[in-house]
Amino acid sequence: MEYTPDKSKIAKRIARFFKSGDIVNLGIGLPTEVANYLPEGVVITLHSENGFVGLGPVPKEGEEDYDIVNAGGMPVTILPGGAFFDSCTSFGIIRGGHLDYTVLGVLEVDQEGNLANYKVPGKLIPGMGGAMDLTVGAKKVIAATLHFDKGNCKLVKKCSLPLTAKGEVDYVVTDCGFFTVENGKFVLQEYFKGYDPDFIIKNTPADVIIAPNCKEIDI
Amino acid sequence: MIEKPIMKAEEAVKQIKDGSVIMVGGFMGCGTPLSLVNALDKQGTKDLTLICNDTAIYNPDKNLVTGVAPLVVDKRFKKIIASHIGTNRETGRQMNAGETEVQLVPQGTLAEKIRAAGFGLGGFLTPTGVGTEVENGKQIIEVNGKKYLLELPLFADFALLKAKKADKAGNLIYSKSARNFNPIMATAAKVVIAEVDEIVEIGELDPDDIVTPFIFVSILVLNEKKNK
Repeated sequence: MEYTPDKSKIAKRIARFFKSGDIVNLGIGLPTEVANYLPEGVVITLHSENGFVGLGPVPKEGEEDYDIVNAGGMPVTILPGGAFFDSCTSFGIIRGGHLDYTVLGVLEVDQEGNLANYKVPGKLIPGMGGAMDLTVGAKKVIAATLHFDKGNCKLVKKCSLPLTAKGEVDYVVTDCGFFTVENGKFVLQEYFKGYDPDFIIKNTPADVIIAPNCKEIDI
Repeated sequence: MIEKPIMKAEEAVKQIKDGSVIMVGGFMGCGTPLSLVNALDKQGTKDLTLICNDTAIYNPDKNLVTGVAPLVVDKRFKKIIASHIGTNRETGRQMNAGETEVQLVPQGTLAEKIRAAGFGLGGFLTPTGVGTEVENGKQIIEVNGKKYLLELPLFADFALLKAKKADKAGNLIYSKSARNFNPIMATAAKVVIAEVDEIVEIGELDPDDIVTPFIFVSILVLNEKKNK
């Protein structure tokens, strides 16, 4: 069994969590791609932490409005019915528990639900931006990551990098499968076609158990 | 109603001296007052402390320089308080080289610290950062069994804001997501300089539409170049 990185599997699977009416914040990068895979008929509202709800698609070239940008500073659009607000209101929405989901990228995620994604001391220090507020505030926190990066598994027993959030991660979706975090363990709920639970457990340096109703998904 | 002074950007930034603490509105450059940033950069004022969501975008390979990035590149700051510096590699370089002190603050906490300053609060309790490096040196207070950090207010000498429209009294209306930190920073500095794309007569703005009331604004600057 060989590992082939495939980010689209992660985005596709995460998109299936949502139901119509959910308010969702997608992080920059891989999490942003989730919006491209919403199942037919599911209508969610995207929150952009720089100050609006109703985030729409990237505008056509030449139609950019540089007063409407996403949290990465890139031009986007606002959908009919959307609303702009200041940063305090935006983070009131986040911390106040008004988001159903947040989807965030990962440097490391551990079996206690700890997430590290904002700095590698001495090397890469981009800063936490809104990630610390999003992880404590959203009702469900989804960590989205390739299962392996340069041969290293992103799911670990204990994060070695500075934490973005302590014990806040609910779901982890990789390109190998979907895990919940329960009682200090990763619980494999689904494994994606091309992998099996044995492969995942053998290659993940954390405690992984198989859910009783764990199943294979062709994604 | 008293009219606020309307100045050129170069004139408005003259009172900003070496060592001042400045807040600058904007998010990755969206909603940053570029005439004021450029005038301040040209003036050469140094050892400033910057309070801003981020240090904008500095990517010379792609010819992308936005927001406060020119001030960072020209090393105008001795200290930067921001939530994100990842899109300006020069900030990271200065931090790692020990040339500039950088304090990272979670974005919601940063916004609320500024609001606390402007709204007369001694601080606030937030769950954000509990169990992370952010809690170091802070008081942890338990309320109903849940842990919170006590975060303190953050003041500035000057706030440099960007709005879409002002009346001559200084009432402000913002544009779309360029609002972000601007209305909050308007409350938390001794001198508030607002750069706007249009200035209208008093009475021409619908009081229902005004986001920042004139009482917070000290000086108006017309953005003649329509900098974006």
